[in-house]
Amino acid sequence: MKKPTIGVIALQGAVREHLQMIERCGARGIPVKYPPELHLCQGLIIPGGESTTIGKLMTTYGFPEEIRSLVEAGMPVFGTCAGLIMMAKRLVEGDQPILGLMDITVRRNAFGRQVDSFEADLLVREITDEEKPFRAVFIRAPWIEWVDPRVRVLAEFDGRAVMAVQGRLLVSAFHPELTGDDRIHRFFLRMVEEKVAG
Amino acid sequence: MVEKGTLRVKTGLAEMLKGGVIMDVTTPEQAKIAEEAGAVAVMALERVPADIRAAGGVARMADPSVIEAIMEAVTIPVMAKVRIGHFVEAQILEALGVDYIDESEVLTPADEKHHIDKWQFNVPFVCGAINLGEALRRIGEGAAMIRTKGEAGTGNVVEAVRHMRTINEEIRRLTVTPKEELMSVAKEMGAPYDLVCWVAENGRLPVVNFSAGGIATPADAALMMQLGADGVFVGSGIFKSEDPAARARAIVLATTHFNDAKILAEVSRGLGKAMAGKEISEIGRENLIQFRGW
Repeated sequence: MKKPTIGVIALQGAVREHLQMIERCGARGIPVKYPPELHLCQGLIIPGGESTTIGKLMTTYGFPEEIRSLVEAGMPVFGTCAGLIMMAKRLVEGDQPILGLMDITVRRNAFGRQVDSFEADLLVREITDEEKPFRAVFIRAPWIEWVDPRVRVLAEFDGRAVMAVQGRLLVSAFHPELTGDDRIHRFFLRMVEEKVAG
Repeated sequence: MVEKGTLRVKTGLAEMLKGGVIMDVTTPEQAKIAEEAGAVAVMALERVPADIRAAGGVARMADPSVIEAIMEAVTIPVMAKVRIGHFVEAQILEALGVDYIDESEVLTPADEKHHIDKWQFNVPFVCGAINLGEALRRIGEGAAMIRTKGEAGTGNVVEAVRHMRTINEEIRRLTVTPKEELMSVAKEMGAPYDLVCWVAENGRLPVVNFSAGGIATPADAALMMQLGADGVFVGSGIFKSEDPAARARAIVLATTHFNDAKILAEVSRGLGKAMAGKEISEIGRENLIQFRGW
């Protein structure tokens, strides 16, 4: 099978780390700076960064409409941290621009400021087992405050949902791209391959 | 096991700031303008570097109430400056909960010989550097992010360019230096050997490197990005200009689309007057703040 191409929104944030992870998993990664480049991709990653910045830049250059129509056509999208915020349909506070793709409500900076940022071993359903948890890095991280019944919560920390999937949309409040562990990226790539195989 | 303040968590926040603009602000209103323009973080100060330069005297950490008011006003990360070597100012900022501490030459140094032992803190530090040796010394002390110093408060990008080119040239040279010569390079640079080896092998700094000191226009920001900066700090350049909101937004767009001359042309239009700016030779070498710290 031909290598799938995964775009990483490259307006601001940890773009390089996702591209490296994609290549490591055997797919092709391309940075996406303009909406037309989205059509070269079979899957899309919205990286961590500052969600207010990414949201404003996306809106300025017409990304939201383009991404929404590709998602309606079934394109798999994975959002980490700021990417999770961008993909939510609702935020608990604030009126920053978001894409509104997934039936979840998200609280920004829910785990606190940088001095409260942390890493922890996480059990991720469908991906990890007791013996080999995922070392999750949470940086000024959001949590998912509410999910629609159509959303499957894959991981929790302190009783808060921090990773979820709805159809072909995947989100995590933490940063799998900052660890050497590619299991979550491989999980996303399988979603892309299933879509490509139809 | 849950761990806070790990190196990965500290350098991780800097990774999240990449491709972004960090703006100096002195009031909650300015902080809101910066956030609205798309800044990835703000630096809370009592005075911007141009005013510190003009005022003279001893420049210190800002009043905690100024910093707290700014932290209240915005949801993006808030950074604040401490004097070089002043670890008690750093303890205070950590207690306030600022997101990043800048151990900065813009303030009057508190210690002529020693920088802060940054490993003692959960809050991450960014430090200035004018060459690779200085950058690696700061990383050795625990800095999780580097910024080239430039010459703050001048609105003149020439020193920022010099420092970025210097660091990149030194890194390039290291990548072709035979392994057995790296110890003597480390000795000459005054940098930790293991970090010199890491840079030689990977061809980059082990932490994010922003550009600072003298950026005043969207073109300046894009210039530093094309020269290899991971992002930019803009100090006096925004709130000392005629139309801060428009200029702030233009610099954000220029930093994202630094390689797209059409967008750069478009965002550079009609921004009003930039800050006045200073010729470096008029300042005199003894008054350059880039030589504070070592």
